[in-house]
Amino acid sequence: MSETTDLTPEGPAAVIETDYAIGQDNIQPKLGPFGLDIHNPVFMISGLTIVAFVFFALALPEVAETFFGWLRPAVTSTFDWFFLLAGNVFVLVALVVMLSPLGKVRIGGMDAKPDYSYGGWFAMLFAAGMGIGLMFFGVSEPISHYTSSLAEGAGAPESWAPLAGAAGDEAEARRLGMAATIFHWGLHPWAIYAIVGLSLAIFAYNKGLPLSIRSMFYPIFGERVWGWTGHVIDTLAVFATLFGLATSLGIGAEQANAGLDFLFGLPVNDVSKVLLISGITAIALVSVIAGLDAGVKRLSEINMVLAAALLLFVIAFGPTLAILTGFFGNLGAYVEYLPALSNPFGRDDANFSQGWTSFYWAWWISWSPFVGMFIARVSRGRSVREFIFCVLLIPSLVSVLWMTAFGGTAIGLLTEGYQAIADAALELKLFTMLDQLPLAGLTSFVGIVLVIVFFVTSSDSGSLVIDTITAGGKVDAPVAQRVFWAIFEGLVAIALLLGGGLGALQAAAVSTGLPFAIVLLLGSFALVKGLLSEPRRR
Amino acid sequence: MYEKIMVPVDLAHLDRLAKAIATATDLARHYGAPICLVGVTAETPTEVAHTPEEYAEKLKAFAAAQSAAQGLAFEAAAYPSHDPAVDLDATLIAAAEEQGADLIVMASHLPGLPEHVFASNAGAVASHAQVSVFVVR
Repeated sequence: MSETTDLTPEGPAAVIETDYAIGQDNIQPKLGPFGLDIHNPVFMISGLTIVAFVFFALALPEVAETFFGWLRPAVTSTFDWFFLLAGNVFVLVALVVMLSPLGKVRIGGMDAKPDYSYGGWFAMLFAAGMGIGLMFFGVSEPISHYTSSLAEGAGAPESWAPLAGAAGDEAEARRLGMAATIFHWGLHPWAIYAIVGLSLAIFAYNKGLPLSIRSMFYPIFGERVWGWTGHVIDTLAVFATLFGLATSLGIGAEQANAGLDFLFGLPVNDVSKVLLISGITAIALVSVIAGLDAGVKRLSEINMVLAAALLLFVIAFGPTLAILTGFFGNLGAYVEYLPALSNPFGRDDANFSQGWTSFYWAWWISWSPFVGMFIARVSRGRSVREFIFCVLLIPSLVSVLWMTAFGGTAIGLLTEGYQAIADAALELKLFTMLDQLPLAGLTSFVGIVLVIVFFVTSSDSGSLVIDTITAGGKVDAPVAQRVFWAIFEGLVAIALLLGGGLGALQAAAVSTGLPFAIVLLLGSFALVKGLLSEPRRR
Repeated sequence: MYEKIMVPVDLAHLDRLAKAIATATDLARHYGAPICLVGVTAETPTEVAHTPEEYAEKLKAFAAAQSAAQGLAFEAAAYPSHDPAVDLDATLIAAAEEQGADLIVMASHLPGLPEHVFASNAGAVASHAQVSVFVVR
């Protein structure tokens, strides 16, 4: 199946010999004046399925709401043990691969040089996958877990507190709340991204297979991945990515609208939201037309600088000492509660483990084809050990710091009696917190800009990923195609925002987490198998 | 008058290249200038090659075959690009400078409506390159 070929000067890699030629199933239709280069049938099937789903949600909103309103909790509650177990497997596989001799394998061949500097690479990792969530949940999630843990009756079956809660004990509720939040934003999500990203990178850059989700499964399905098995995997990936992006865009527009109302009194209505979605889509369009280096990377870097500035501001002007000591305290709490929080069986906190953890895991998994593929594309030249260290451990530490600075400060304010932070709507909690620090107008404005630009960087990188998958792994398909996907995503978001059904489609996106969790478990196996055949330095 | 002639090459579509190569060959004979074939490839696997190195090898082999067939010196230079759908023109212009080419002969398709929005590759290179550009239709 594979042999080590000397590909000087980048060094040996175990290229897979397959009869499949990239682009062999592609068709080049002319659509008006635009020449296209698309995979047949993945492009058509995913495009039409998405259109059909949107029509279904618009035409029969109640049926859609009821069905998906049932499906999502059914998936995350029934299979909570499976999601939790799979999440633990991904973390373990990632750590074992990093520490084992397999960590010496280099993406792109033994002598490959990194394409991007650490700065640009990190910026893109965060901007694609998590930035937007950190903005919204950085304050709101720690507050939620803290208040539910502290509340009377925490630990009772109807409580939403993590584990047994800490009723009446402020210090312990704080530790537990922070540990639970960091659990959702730490090792587990990044391990999911790392596994998908690493698999795709190895199978594309070392094995020479097309950059598409199906290539991960070559060790399992062999040549069948080029047939319907692969079409289904790729279509599912496009579906999860587009719905994930479109629903986030729709829900995000609602949240950005609320923030702008809070700051500038922008009316909260459909017009504002449609304008926000159009604006975000327009910037994303400029970015995809400018390309990976001039568009996506540059925006990601701007975003990282702004986010770092906001973080440093909160550390400097918030309770500096409490944040710095809290960082280590929270890290300790995370390590202490990690075994209990990640335990898949015999949980007494069903609301928390199913409603929060299992939902998050399904959500991260449904985003993993998109984020993983984007990470893979920009990671050529990194060693496997470096890749996992930088995609798993460093982002987890950044999450701990971010949550400590935003969530810890917010909890501190709450314990000092600033009740407004607990009463504020979810999307306003960040601004309510910033309101208590100096220069609130400026920092809130930076917050809004960050939210919007994080959406842009998710939208443009997502469009690149969908375009590559639907072009059969070609990254040089005509630019008109990525323009199409970026606009399509905005239109789906607008249609669902106006017609209702955003919640239903988010549920649909999250539900794809279940098949993907199975697929990713197989993928972890394929990854290890693929890495074992790679040559590595002694 | 010309010291070095550069011909951008798309290894995936060699059939569209015959006229550009023939034109460049005539000019090369006339001015006694060598021809440099320049190919731009994605770093991900493509329909042509698994890796940028394999692409460079194939381009070199193509240049060697042309040298033998035409009895002229054909050089080859491969340039990897992060996002060739967008960066192609800029990469070609930079390549012309780096290779010291003072004439670019490149194939182009017939311009249509999209060219009003996105410049065609040959059009963009002709607009932005510092050296002479011969667009073959």
